[in-house]
Amino acid sequence: MSVFSVRNVSYSYGSKAALDDVTIDLEAGRFCALLGPNGAGKSTLFNLLTHLFVTRDGTIQIAGHDLRSHPRRALARLGVVFQQPTLDLDMSVARNLSYFAALQGLSGTHARARIDAVLDRLNMRERSGEKVRDLNGGHRRRMEIARALIHEPDVLLLDEPTVGLDASSRTAITDHVHDLAETGLLVFWATHLVDEIRLTDEVVVLSRGKVLAHEQAKNLAGEGSLIDAFLRLTGNETANGPVSLVDPDRSGIPERGSL
Amino acid sequence: MTAYLVALRAIVLREAFRFLNQRSRFFASLVRPLVWLVVFAAGFRAALGLSIIPPYQTYITYEVYIVPGLCGMIQLFNAMQSSLSLVYDREMGSMRLLLTSPLPRGWLLFSKLLAGTAVSILQVYVFLAIAALFGIDMPLLGYIYVLPALVASGLMLGALGLVISSTIKQLENFAGVMNFVIFPMFFMSSALYPLWKMAESSPLLKDICALNPFTHAVELIRFALYQQFNGFAALWVIGSFTVFMAGALIGYDPARGLLRRR
Repeated sequence: MSVFSVRNVSYSYGSKAALDDVTIDLEAGRFCALLGPNGAGKSTLFNLLTHLFVTRDGTIQIAGHDLRSHPRRALARLGVVFQQPTLDLDMSVARNLSYFAALQGLSGTHARARIDAVLDRLNMRERSGEKVRDLNGGHRRRMEIARALIHEPDVLLLDEPTVGLDASSRTAITDHVHDLAETGLLVFWATHLVDEIRLTDEVVVLSRGKVLAHEQAKNLAGEGSLIDAFLRLTGNETANGPVSLVDPDRSGIPERGSL
Repeated sequence: MTAYLVALRAIVLREAFRFLNQRSRFFASLVRPLVWLVVFAAGFRAALGLSIIPPYQTYITYEVYIVPGLCGMIQLFNAMQSSLSLVYDREMGSMRLLLTSPLPRGWLLFSKLLAGTAVSILQVYVFLAIAALFGIDMPLLGYIYVLPALVASGLMLGALGLVISSTIKQLENFAGVMNFVIFPMFFMSSALYPLWKMAESSPLLKDICALNPFTHAVELIRFALYQQFNGFAALWVIGSFTVFMAGALIGYDPARGLLRRR
């Protein structure tokens, strides 16, 4: 059974359609990249998945719970890393994490044990007393990922989590999240950077509110590169803004040459 | 402790911690009413003659009259400041975090309101203490009686702030809220002059002031400071809170409201 199911979802801002009959089914233990140019509808889809928006058209299920009829059960199974920073810079790492744990209803020794566990996984336990302001961008992001895992969700959503990070932080975070998927978590990672995707990942290509392709990166790329496949699918469109295929910090050469 | 109380405690502690960390905000929030009390009231006391009106049982100086209004002003500014911060992007980030918690959204918003109210009450008490140092003191028990009144007025004004934050798409600065909410609410109330004084110049203006929920918040605080309960004002404040809270719940309902509009 799929742990994440989006069926026939449409959404519009007034008369402007942002998502048009989107269907995505995903199973546990996968890393799925949601790839699309700016303005493709990625943010709208994330707002629907996190219940900040709701739509009457279509259904969304997280770990078997319908988001419309049982939003609280569905949200409890979901970990989210937003594109905007959501950390309190003047509070310590530990305080930020315990605030989030409390929002999930966790307290006392159970919350502390979970916080230690997620910090250990990211090798950040010794920094738990530091103020977030003193951490660099990469470590702040890691912390947000750690935070999203405190309540042991089944699905981890990340909305362009590497924006603004340097190359080594980007690689570290991308690798870390791939490892998480191997532990049985479903990772759904929105990006417009092709070089964050591995050949074994699933890829959903979203453009102008429609799903143009959903398959393994290897199959999507075929004989050529993933970038070519992506440009072919989206018609090389840049109408809604620049299509950033790779991080400009990396001189446009994607890592893992096969891509 | 249930999940509800765990979240409530965390939200209130976080707000208090943030406030105490921002010393300039703390300082500014005290300077404003103190300037009114020390400068404005001193100049005004000669111009304005006050008769004996409830809850006062004797002639009072103008400084004594405006203290409850300034307590209300602290809460009004505090509520608008937190609504403004909600509109900012960074805050939208942390608001998103709050709204994706599996607890009911109404409870989360109420917790946020209670947190803002707690911070404003802290400011009011520091202000009252400084006013007492200037010799403008209230009956001792009044300082305890005023607490529930401050909770009610703080929640009402905070809920108004939440409604504003959910309906205004983007706020460039504080000026808009200042001009359209804070000033009219503050000046068209009984904070600076009693309503009968207002009626002398314009009965219509007096009627508008009598409808203003802020007037009733100030009166509730004024009576409580003298250990009296103003039932009508309390009803008006609670009624306004209910309306504003309902508005905020609609505003933050994912199916409608601001979030939908990006």
